[in-house]
Formats: sequence, structure tokens, C-alpha cells
Amino acid sequence: MSESQQETSPSTQFEELPDAPPKRKVKLSWPGKIGIAVVIFWAIIVAIGPTIAPYHEADILDEELFIVPGSDEMYPDTDFQPPSKIVYLGSDYLGRDTLSRILFGARTTIGISFIATLLAYLLGVTLGIASAVGSRFLDMSLSRVNDALLSIPSIMFALVMIAALGSTIPLLILLTGIIYATSVFRIARSLGQEVMVSDFVEAAKVRGEGLWWVITREILPNIAMPLATDFGLRFVWVILFVSSLSFLGLGVQPPMSDWGSMVKENLPGLVYGSVAPLMPALAIATLTISVNMIVDDISAHSGGKLAKRMIS
Amino acid sequence: MLWRALLGRLGISLVTLWIVSVLIFIGTNLLPGDVAQIILGQMATPESTAALRAKLGLDKPPIQQYLVWLQNVAMGDLGISKAGLGAGLGTPIVEMLGPRVFNTARLTLLVAVVAVPVSLFLGLIAAMHPGTRLDRSITFATLNLISVPDFLVATALVLVFAVGLGWLPSIVYLRGDETGWVLIKTLAMPMLTLVILVSSQIIRMTRATVLNVMSSPYIEMAILKGVPRKRIILRHALFNAVGPIVNVIALNLAWLVGGVVVVEQIFSYPGLAKLMIEAVLMRDMPLVQACAMIFCTTYIVLIFIADMATILSNPRLRHPK
Repeated sequence: MSESQQETSPSTQFEELPDAPPKRKVKLSWPGKIGIAVVIFWAIIVAIGPTIAPYHEADILDEELFIVPGSDEMYPDTDFQPPSKIVYLGSDYLGRDTLSRILFGARTTIGISFIATLLAYLLGVTLGIASAVGSRFLDMSLSRVNDALLSIPSIMFALVMIAALGSTIPLLILLTGIIYATSVFRIARSLGQEVMVSDFVEAAKVRGEGLWWVITREILPNIAMPLATDFGLRFVWVILFVSSLSFLGLGVQPPMSDWGSMVKENLPGLVYGSVAPLMPALAIATLTISVNMIVDDISAHSGGKLAKRMIS
Repeated sequence: MLWRALLGRLGISLVTLWIVSVLIFIGTNLLPGDVAQIILGQMATPESTAALRAKLGLDKPPIQQYLVWLQNVAMGDLGISKAGLGAGLGTPIVEMLGPRVFNTARLTLLVAVVAVPVSLFLGLIAAMHPGTRLDRSITFATLNLISVPDFLVATALVLVFAVGLGWLPSIVYLRGDETGWVLIKTLAMPMLTLVILVSSQIIRMTRATVLNVMSSPYIEMAILKGVPRKRIILRHALFNAVGPIVNVIALNLAWLVGGVVVVEQIFSYPGLAKLMIEAVLMRDMPLVQACAMIFCTTYIVLIFIADMATILSNPRLRHPK
């Protein structure tokens, strides 16, 4: 896979000065800009969501709220209500406000996913670089264990672990972090290896620089940009993964709200034409699509090499 | 030289498989609950528990248990499921797996047969006309599809085809003797969902790799020579893009075998993934181990095949320095 890259590299390698990796200005086209706007919107919601929510996430709304003035219906249904002035996005299967639950759930879903992605990066990049610069034996053993972990379907791995240890948020973060560290490891290792065989690292070694210097001054700056873009993609996978776990009932436990479990618990409402299961699913979709649009835009400007790494 | 590369890869695959077996064994032993106690349930007295533990070999040290298990698995004996073990002999896992493996294999093959040609075609079309309206709509549609959760795709399809139009059943109910048209109709919903999910990945990958190859000097040379665009893509670019594309296809097939929990759950399709979920919830350790081994072996075999395709399609990898 890396063959075609190596083939073109000799012509470009010498245009970049060894000490100064070129500063790339990222110019975004309109899909990227929309993506950034949506991501900023959700970031703000994560910060202030619970304070601007009209109700609490676990509040089951009173029947009195839904009494139509002038009607003699004293006990109206509160569950699966269509959107109205009282509940802007309708109510869910227990009669809770969907909007409030989405605002509260943003913190759970995005928070867990973000911390888990950070953890995956911390683990994956550290071990990946260690594998790229370390001895052949270290590289072999780390890679084999990584391959083995990678071959276990991630949902199954999480399923067994959660069944064994119970579903708590720290465990959820740790598990997701470990599972996604495997793919970060592969990318960090291959990027690190590419840099390690380059001429400027050779020059630095000949100059007598130590391993730590090479890692911090040569490898990290050179792999930072592709890794940053990959972070976006990985974050999307993690959101989808955490939501899928919640959807299967293994993730965030009630009464805490979380977008994945909100879709699941309101699924029966589909038959009555309720929007309750669609709203949280749309919330996930807007966030993940926007992050992908940003990443796509950036990698389109940097030659599309990143697109190849997307899947693995 | 070619044989050395092949044997090297085979060795790596076997080592990975061995590590997988260790990980699975450790993982399943983390599951709480003593199998013997669970099997006996209310009939558990200290004596009967101890007797059953001895019978199942649970009183031996973990390493010995692992070796016995590994030996049995290597001989094709996957052990005996807990289900019904309290009353009598229990069901051999091989028998339980049979129909599930058949179901999963059938769905995977049907999805692959539809998804692979369609997505290669669409990916190549997009790569042949980069920047056009067609390319942009394909890219945009697939970007959206890989971004949304799989349960959203599945529920949207149920909403349209089962609830709205009423054309297809929203749940798969297999009697086992369906053939032809009836079978297709029964499997249509999970198939459609999986085809959509898998294709969008392969389409994006095909387009990206072919475009990546298109920017290399020898393609530029071919363009300058005046070779027609279609010929450049089909004769020059495609063969050099085979490696990554086969890799994505292999990864997606592996996902179809083990990762489709959500889709199998929504349509309650009796496949392997669903069996494993049931096994975990029942604390049926031997069954969990057997399912996990099947998933991992499939993955490793598929990746091995993809690696071979990469090596065979690239002369420089065929003759490593």
C-alpha cells in the first residue's frame, strides 16, 4: 500500500527543509465550513446543554401540561406526543421531553466518545511510535498482539467485557479506548516507519541526536497532520460504536440519556409515527456527517492519501 | 521468493491466531459465575457442584484447561454447550453452530454478490469523472451513509419498505425451506441494509485508491502519450489499486460475519452474531469461545487472502529485496 507513496517521495522530499516541516494552510470549501459550524454548535451544547434544557432529562411530564384548554379530557396521554409548544420535539415513550433529553444526552454521548478517542490516541500513538523506533522484537510482539485484538469483532469484545464487569461509564471509556487504540496503533506505526527511513532522520542520527530528540523533533511534527485528520474519522467511529452499544442496551444505562439508547427505547413509537426515535438518530447523524465533511475537505486538499487509511 | 513471502505471511497468521485463542480464553474466563453452579441452578449442592466441576475439568489449573481446550478445538471438537447440560448430555456446539453458520454464510454471500460489483462499478465511474456532478453526488451520498449509525439505516428502511409501503416483512422469519423468490423477499431487508452499509465503504475506497494511483508519474506518461482515459483507468490504474481495494472488501466481509450484531438484532436474523450475544447473556462459556474463534479465524483468513492478492498484484512485493 505504501509502495506508490515511496515511489513519488524522492522528488518531494528535498523540497522540505529538514528543520521546518512546511506550515500547511488549511483552506476549506463550503461543506467543510458548514461542518465546522455544526461541530461548534454541538460543542456549545455540550457545555451549556443541561442549563438551557426546558426540563430535566429524567422528568416525566405532568398530564396537566397537555390539557387542551376548553376540552373535558382530564388525563391526556403524555407519551409519544407530537412536537408542540410544550415539548418542542415531542415526548418519548415515558412522556419525557425529547429536546431536553437530547440536550442532556449530548454531554454523555459526545463526552464519552471524545475522552475514549483521546485515550485511544494516547495508547495507540505511544505504542505505535515505540514500535516504529524500537527493536525488531518489540515491533513484532506489539504488532502480533495488535493484530489479534483487531481480529476480534469490536462489539463482541465489548459485549464479553461488559457482561463480565458490568456497564459503567469508566469501563465504557476504557474499553472503547483500547478497541480503537488498535487501529490508531497501525496508523501511527506505519507513519512513524515512513519517517524513520527518511533521509532527514538518517542525517539527525549521523549528527548524533538521541532517540528522544528524533521522536519529538522529527517524527511527531511530521505525523501530526495526518494523525489530526485521522482523529476526526476515529471520533466518528467511536460515536457510532458507543451509540451502537447503547442501542444494544450495553452502553449508558437509564435514566441517564444518551443518543443511542434514546433511539432504541423509542423504536416502538415508529409505528405511531412518533418523531422520538428519529430525533436522537438525526442528532448523531448531523454531528458525524459534519466531522466527516471537515475531514473529507482537508484530505481532499492534501492529496487524498488519508482517504486510504480511513477504513483500516 | 514468492513462496517465502507466502510462507512468511502464513506463519504470521498462525501466530496471530494463537494469540487470539489465548485472549479469548482469558476474556471468557473473566465472565462471572461458575459454569457448574449455573448449570445446576437450584439443584446445586456442594457435592454435586464439585462433581460436575470435575467432570467439566474446571478443577484443573487454568493453563491445563487452556491446553485441553486448544487441543480439542484443533481437532474440531468445539465442546458441549451448556444448554440442556443439567438434564442430560447437553448439545454439542458443532450441531448448534451448523444452521447459524449456514445463515450467516448465506447472508454474507448474497450481500457480497450484490455489493462488490455494484460498488466497484460506482467507485470506478466516480474515479473516471472526478469533480463532475455524478462524482460529487456519489461522494456525498456515500459520505453520509458511512457517517450515520447502522441502526438509523435499518430503521429508515423499515419505515419506508415495511411500515410505509408494506412491501417487505420488517422481521426475518425463516422456516428453513424457502427457496428462490420467497427466500430473497424474506432476506431482503437485512440484505438491503448491509448492501448499503458495505457498498458505501467500498465505493469510497475504490474511488480514493484509483484517484491516488492516477496522480502517479506513469499515468501522467500514459495521458501524455494519448492513451484514452477509459483504457488508462482499466488497464493501468485499476491493477495497481487492487491491493487496497481487496483489503477493504476483505475487512467488510469479516465485518459481515461477526460485526453485524445491530442489524441481526433489529431484524432478529438467526445468524452467528446473534447466537454469540445469546451465549454471553446465558454465560454459556464454551459457546462464546467457539463463536469468537470462528469470527477471528474468518477475519485472519480473509486478511491473509487480501495480503496474498496485494503481493501477487505487485511485482515489487513478489520479489522483496
